Amino acid sequence: MTDSHPVLELRGISKRFGAVQALYQVDFRVAAGEVMALVGDNGAGKSTLIKCIAGIHPADEGEVLFEGSPVHIHGPKDAARLGIEVVYQDLALADNLDVVQNMFLGREELDSFHRLDEVDMERRASKTLSDLSVTTIRSVRQTVAGLSGGQRQSVAVAKAVMWNSKLVILDEPTAALGVAQTRQVLDLVKRLADQGLAVVIVTHNMHDVFEVANRITVLRLGQNVAEFETKDVTQAKVVEAITAGSLSKVPGQADEVVV
Amino acid sequence: MSTAAGAEPTPGAAVAHERTSVADAARGWWQGVRAGDLGSLPIIVGLIIIAIVFQSQNSNYLTSGNFVNLIVQAAAYMTIGMGVVFVLLLGEIDLSVGFVSGVAGVMTALLLLDDGNAIGAIPAIIIAVAAGLAIGTFHGLLITKVGIPSFVVTLAGLLGWQGVVLLLIGDRGTVTLQDATVVGFANDFLPAATSWIVLLACVGVYAVTQISARMSRKKAGLPTEPDVLILVRVLGLLLIGAIIVAVANDDRGIPYVFVVLAVLYLFWTFVLARTRFGRYVYAVGGNQEAARRAGVNVDRVKIVVFAICSAMAALGGIILASRLRSVDTGAGGGQVLLYPIAAPVIGGTSLFGGRGHIKSAVLGALVIASIDNGLGLLGLSSGTKFVITGLVLLLAVTVDSLSRRRQAATGRA
Repeated sequence: MTDSHPVLELRGISKRFGAVQALYQVDFRVAAGEVMALVGDNGAGKSTLIKCIAGIHPADEGEVLFEGSPVHIHGPKDAARLGIEVVYQDLALADNLDVVQNMFLGREELDSFHRLDEVDMERRASKTLSDLSVTTIRSVRQTVAGLSGGQRQSVAVAKAVMWNSKLVILDEPTAALGVAQTRQVLDLVKRLADQGLAVVIVTHNMHDVFEVANRITVLRLGQNVAEFETKDVTQAKVVEAITAGSLSKVPGQADEVVV
Repeated sequence: MSTAAGAEPTPGAAVAHERTSVADAARGWWQGVRAGDLGSLPIIVGLIIIAIVFQSQNSNYLTSGNFVNLIVQAAAYMTIGMGVVFVLLLGEIDLSVGFVSGVAGVMTALLLLDDGNAIGAIPAIIIAVAAGLAIGTFHGLLITKVGIPSFVVTLAGLLGWQGVVLLLIGDRGTVTLQDATVVGFANDFLPAATSWIVLLACVGVYAVTQISARMSRKKAGLPTEPDVLILVRVLGLLLIGAIIVAVANDDRGIPYVFVVLAVLYLFWTFVLARTRFGRYVYAVGGNQEAARRAGVNVDRVKIVVFAICSAMAALGGIILASRLRSVDTGAGGGQVLLYPIAAPVIGGTSLFGGRGHIKSAVLGALVIASIDNGLGLLGLSSGTKFVITGLVLLLAVTVDSLSRRRQAATGRA
């Protein structure tokens, strides 16, 4: 599975915010049908990296290859056009809109009179949710405000996969969830990979990583420190890489102990 | 039409999952109400209470003549309030609407001044509304591109446009409107038969849209409401419309401005409910960052909203000038300053953005105008009017706030 052609490949991505070097020469790749975990401590650059991929903060330097060909992503619409969807931890949904309205936000369908085609949108939203076996939502016309954390996350994921997307990035999908709801979301993540999508999951939770991921990329202080196959590695080893992985460039500091 | 709102069950009440019976629909609506999803219920109850109180104090209140007066008095607040709804939906505020309406009213009067350079009524109205659009766009650009809070921009607008009103009027003091068309807006009436024909046509169109919407949902295999509900709504609209037309015809008839209001109401309701732009207004008001990440051009939505708000204010200013048949240095001040902002809030539009409808402006303006009109009949001073209107605003916001708390407690938020 991991040998297949990468859907997304990043080479030498760097990003500065003023004096802060948020990312330095980061490489990253994810293939179809695999779940790649992106892990690292706070401030390691995980969020910055996914924002670069999503086009929210374009990278300063480096190459982005999508399905083998170089692309430039300058905004969320560019990313969406390529088939990249990001599910943000808490910013994905508008509470005052209903499930259908949220799933189609920014990509509403219009009928021949240029009106919103509510009937078709509702049909497609219902179908996507049932394809993903999301059965806990009572009505697709209820507002998101009334949904539980797991249901919201499911809606956000369904929103992401509805567009024939090839790569889905989940930012801390289980951070705010209870045990049963975490289970619900992790099952959903596995189903996405089974359907042939490339999935990136950003998380702090080692249990989640070992539960769903095929491979693990570790960032530390904005740099790559390790990439593991999940089956070849222990939790302790990953945690060690997160906290003390070796860096290629530490301004004004001697190199640290190599893992 | 504004009256349709009262006829339909509270929108946003519990959505039925499968094809439901009338009993289920009614039960769902009642559960929604008990859980704090009150919709237009409090305001309709409020209007009834107001009517009973004033009628018991002065038997001239519930007369056909006063009813027609009420429509004309509320018209400007409704028009300006519809624009304010958009701004409130974004979670922003526009304090300048009063004097923007004043600027447009004065411009119209000056353009139609019989001094040899008068232009036609239609060009004058177009120019005044275009000025409103330009003012709103200017506000919107300052808010989005420079990043000044809308409160500050429009507070400056409140001061600045008041100055423009004074400068435009100069030492004339009062400018009389001399154009029959513009004055006719608020002072001329539809022939009785025409009103009935228009009403029947509106009800017919409403019935057809309801039925076709239902059929397309059924064809797509989606849950539908019971057929009887459609019948109830259509008959409700017919009944309320018939009462309005009959009562108005008993006096002078339906004022032309009522038709203008109905068209504006339908148009903006359509824009909010059935267009992409309308959806984006709700999305930006609900979660600006989610909208931005979904690819919505948030700045453009905001600029267009402020432009709509000021253009509607301009239109309201023209309607007000038409009713008064003149403009003076006070144009856009006094009650016009804040009543149109209070109207949508009283009608249930949230100040925090994301929740509200055009009908809130209509119902809220009706409440304000009813109180104003009733207190006027009782001969109370304007000081009393302001105090009472203030208390009603407070009451409306309290009801809203309590019902929201209840919604949060029952997980409907």
